[in-house]
Amino acid sequence: MMDATVIPPRTDIRSDLRRIADMVSDGARVLDVGCGDGDLLDLLTRVKGVDGRGMELGMDGVRACVSRGLSVIQGDADTDLKEYPSDAFDYVILSQTLQATRDPRGVLLQMLRIGRRVIVSFPNFGYWRVRLALLLTGRMPVTDRLGFQWWETPNIHFCTIADFTALCDDLGGVRVERSAILDHDGRQLTSNAASWWANWSGEQGIFLLRRD
Amino acid sequence: MITPPAPLDSSGAPSSALPGRRMVLGADRPMPLDGGGQLGPFTLAYQTYGTLNADKSNAILVCHALTGDQYVADRHPITGKPGWWEMLVGPGRPVDTDRFFVICSNVIGGCMGSTGPHDVNPATGQPYAIDFPVITIGDMVRAQALLIDALGIDQLFCVIGGSMGGMQVLQWAVAYPERVFAAVPIATAARHSAQNIAFHEVGRQAIMADPEWRDGAYQHAGANPARGLAVARMAAHITYLSEAALHRKFGRNLQSRQAITFGFDADFQVESYLRYQGASFVDRFDANSYLYITRAMDYFDLAAEHGGQLAQAFRVGAKGTPVRFCLASFSSDWLFPTSESRAVVHALNAVAANVSFVEIETDKGHDAFLLDEPEFHQVIRGFISGCADHRGLKRRV
Repeated sequence: MMDATVIPPRTDIRSDLRRIADMVSDGARVLDVGCGDGDLLDLLTRVKGVDGRGMELGMDGVRACVSRGLSVIQGDADTDLKEYPSDAFDYVILSQTLQATRDPRGVLLQMLRIGRRVIVSFPNFGYWRVRLALLLTGRMPVTDRLGFQWWETPNIHFCTIADFTALCDDLGGVRVERSAILDHDGRQLTSNAASWWANWSGEQGIFLLRRD
Repeated sequence: MITPPAPLDSSGAPSSALPGRRMVLGADRPMPLDGGGQLGPFTLAYQTYGTLNADKSNAILVCHALTGDQYVADRHPITGKPGWWEMLVGPGRPVDTDRFFVICSNVIGGCMGSTGPHDVNPATGQPYAIDFPVITIGDMVRAQALLIDALGIDQLFCVIGGSMGGMQVLQWAVAYPERVFAAVPIATAARHSAQNIAFHEVGRQAIMADPEWRDGAYQHAGANPARGLAVARMAAHITYLSEAALHRKFGRNLQSRQAITFGFDADFQVESYLRYQGASFVDRFDANSYLYITRAMDYFDLAAEHGGQLAQAFRVGAKGTPVRFCLASFSSDWLFPTSESRAVVHALNAVAANVSFVEIETDKGHDAFLLDEPEFHQVIRGFISGCADHRGLKRRV
C-alpha cells in the first residue's frame, strides 16, 4: 500500500475529519462507524480512492449517505460490529462516537478485530475549559462542542486523553501508532498524547491504533 | 404507440396478441427446472427501454412482483393504466432510460405472454392447466438469464425489483454473481415467512374452492374461476397495505349511503374498494398463474441450499460476493418487514460485501415500493448513479 498522502486543506471540511483522512492510505478498505451524513467517507473516497463502507445509527444520516452514492447501512456500533469477519478492513474509523457507545471497550475490541488499524477521535473531557467549568460552576459542562445538557446528552461515556491511553494499555497488544491532539480550532497542538499538556489543552484527540 | 388489445377471454387466455417483444428460448436445449423435469422451447415476453451501449454494459433488468408484468413503463395494454414503475423507470428517472438499457420480462408461469399454465401443452394439444410444472424463483431467474444470453449481454449493470421481484434480484446475485454488477432488492426477504405462506394458501384455496376452477381445467370448459381469483386478490391486497393507510384512506366511511343498511352490501368504502380491486384483477390475471407464482414465492429459501447459512449463499469461492447491494425496506410493511431485509444485510456483512441498507419511513405498507415515496426514489437514484459512475458508464448513452 502506498504511503498516506497529505490532503490539501479545504475550508468546508471539518478539520478533524481532514486529519483522520491524512492517516488513511490510498486505496484502503475502510469502515466508518457512526459515519453521520458521510462527509468523511465522501472525502476518503474522492481524495484517497478508498473502498469505503459506513455504519450509522440514525436513518436520516443513512439515507443522506446512500443518496450521495456511499455504501452505508443502518446499524448500531454496540451490537452490529460482531457481524463483520475479522480483518475485513484496513481501517475501521470511529469519529466522535466512542463516547456515545454503551460499551466503549467492547466496541474498541470489535474494531481492532475487524480492522488491521483503528482510528478513534473523541472530545477530551480533560480539556481545561471542561475542567474549569465543573470546578467553578459545579455544573456539568456545556460547551459549543459538547452542547447538551446532562439529561439529554447522547454522550454517556466521556473520557479524557489520559483515560483513553490507559484503556489502550489495558487492552494489551495495541500500539498507538500516531496521535494528534487538536485545539479548539482544529489545529494540532502536539502529537505526544502522553504529556499532561495534551490532556489539559487538547479539545479533542485522534488516535491511530494498530494491533501488535 | 400501443393499441390496447381486448382483455383476457373467459378461458383466461389473451384473446389477441399483447404488444411488445417475445423471445423463444430453450429450443435447442430445454431448460432444467428445480422441481425436476425441464421446459422448452418456451417464450418470454419482455419490454425494453433506452439503448444498449456498444460494450453492452449499461443493461438494467427490472424484476416484477407477483401480479406485475413486463409493462414497467408502458401504458398497460389491458387496464390502460400507466406502467407500474413509471415513477422509477424512464427518461431522467432514478432508473434513467437516457443512460441505461432497461429490460423487464414477464416471469415464466405468468399470463402476459410468457409461457404459463394457460398455454397449450405440445404433448397433449390442450392447455397445461395444472399439468404445468411447478416453477421456482430459481427457474424464473434461469429463464431470464437465457433471455440475457440471447440479447448478447454478459453482465447486467443492475438487477432491481421489489417483493417477489426482490427475491429474483437476490437469486440473480447468488446464482450469477459474476453477471450482476449491482443488485437492488426492495421490500423483500431471503425466504418466504410462515405468515406469508399462510396468506398465499388462503388465496389458492379461494381459487380452488370456486366451482368454476374445475380442478384447474377451466379453460377446456370455457369457464373462469373469477370469483375465487377476486377473493384471493382481496385477501392479498390487505397484506399490501397497513392499518394506518387503510384508516387514512377509508376510516369507517360509508359507500354512497347515509347509514348502514343492516345487510351484506358493501356499506363501507373499504369493502367497495376491495371488491373493485378483486373484480378488476380478474380482467388481467389468470387463476392458475396465480397458483403457480404464489407457490414459487412460498418455495423461496435462499439459505436452504447452503445448509441454512444465508451468509454462505453470498460467498463466491473463498471471498464475499463482488456484487454491490442496496436494500430498502418500508417501516409500515408487515408483509416483508424491515427485519427480513436486515437479515440479508447481516449475511452480507458476514462476508464483508459492499452493501447499503435504508429503511424508509412511511405508513403505506408493502405497496410503498410502487408509490410516490420521494425519499426512496432519491436513495435509488443515488445508489444507481454512484454505481454507474464507478462502473464508468456515460451520463447518456
